[in-house]
Amino acid sequence: MNTTSLLVFDGLLLFSIVGLAWASLATTDERRSVILFMAFGLVLAVAWGRLLAPDVALAEAAIGAGLSGALLLAAARKQPRLLSPGSSKGSRHPDGANVSLVSRWAVTLLSAALAGTLAWALLHAFSSTPHDMLPRAISGNLASSGVSNPVTAVLLNFRAYDTLLELAVLLTAVLGIFALGQGTPGYQPAGPIFDGLVRWLVPVLILTAGYLLWVGAHAPGGAFQAGATLAAAGVVLRLAGRSRIGLPDGFVLRIVMAAGVGVFLLVGLTLLLLGRPFLGYPPAWAGALILLIETAAMLSIAATLLLAFVGGQPQSADVNAAANRQREEMS
Amino acid sequence: MINFASSILILAGLFFYLAGSIGLLRLPDLYTRLHALTKADNLGLGLLAAGLALHSQHLLTSLKLLLIWLAVLAASATSAHLIARQARRQETRR
Repeated sequence: MNTTSLLVFDGLLLFSIVGLAWASLATTDERRSVILFMAFGLVLAVAWGRLLAPDVALAEAAIGAGLSGALLLAAARKQPRLLSPGSSKGSRHPDGANVSLVSRWAVTLLSAALAGTLAWALLHAFSSTPHDMLPRAISGNLASSGVSNPVTAVLLNFRAYDTLLELAVLLTAVLGIFALGQGTPGYQPAGPIFDGLVRWLVPVLILTAGYLLWVGAHAPGGAFQAGATLAAAGVVLRLAGRSRIGLPDGFVLRIVMAAGVGVFLLVGLTLLLLGRPFLGYPPAWAGALILLIETAAMLSIAATLLLAFVGGQPQSADVNAAANRQREEMS
Repeated sequence: MINFASSILILAGLFFYLAGSIGLLRLPDLYTRLHALTKADNLGLGLLAAGLALHSQHLLTSLKLLLIWLAVLAASATSAHLIARQARRQETRR
């Protein structure tokens, strides 16, 4: 492919990203806005692919477009559709005139200032240091990291501390979700066609999650992408009205939620006791330890994302079944 | 020769995408628009995947492309069914 046609493609890509972002923000219908946001996430994933960052592209497609979209749609479902045109409660002005002009301009100025600062920092980073220093440092040490995918080596070995703290943030988030109390009741059972799709899609998703986890050691993939795919299987089950969506009950669920941080800390502290630096894996064990941590992290990430979709502590299967029975009697 | 064949397949796929998109914009109601979108795009994606598989000349890549096509077929058929059923229900309720 020649450079001109790639340039045209990149231009179209940029135009679509900005256009979709604008459309998503400008629309007054929440659902339309969310769906445009999901399309925005998918095009953004393509852009990451064009930037030769398939790891980020996978994460953006799975979390940014897929699961965030599902979460936002679930939130829009709970929200009374105040802003939608034609609803009876149209007292609020459709284009959000209840937000004062001053605060809107303040937000716009702050966003512009933030964008400017980030752009300056990026330019500064590119101009001040030779920008192949970091890649060279990584490829120089890759052999001792236990994996051959440089992204996984950075996330789980060289900068494992950052990933540990990311998982701690997720744990904090899931504690907040648990504090909300009972989650929303499930959906009504799916018809035969959707159920047929679910029957084979869910096993394929679980298999894909396992593959992404395993392949992360030497190719794009890893715990975050695998966790998001596993959570997607649960989301599909919940949308199909199943009473069990793959989350364990009670104590086991709490263990799964904390597993990512727990195993990470346990490995780090054990290494500390053995006289190594915190999370400084011995090269011979690094591959196995990374896989162990990533497996636990995948389970925690999947549970966190799924609990966010449920919107609280999962209701027991009996409660869901009772709710469905009630719904059937009513209709 | 293979490059030529794969180009023809990809171009044919793009034609069906174009037809589906025009249908989405021009057809009068939800059912016909769904029809245009899912049928034409599925065929377009199939031709595109076939063209790319031929272009790659690699068995594993071709199988992956086939798998992607099958997954999209199932997902788009199901979502078209769900959207149409929901629209139908809202219509009868009115």
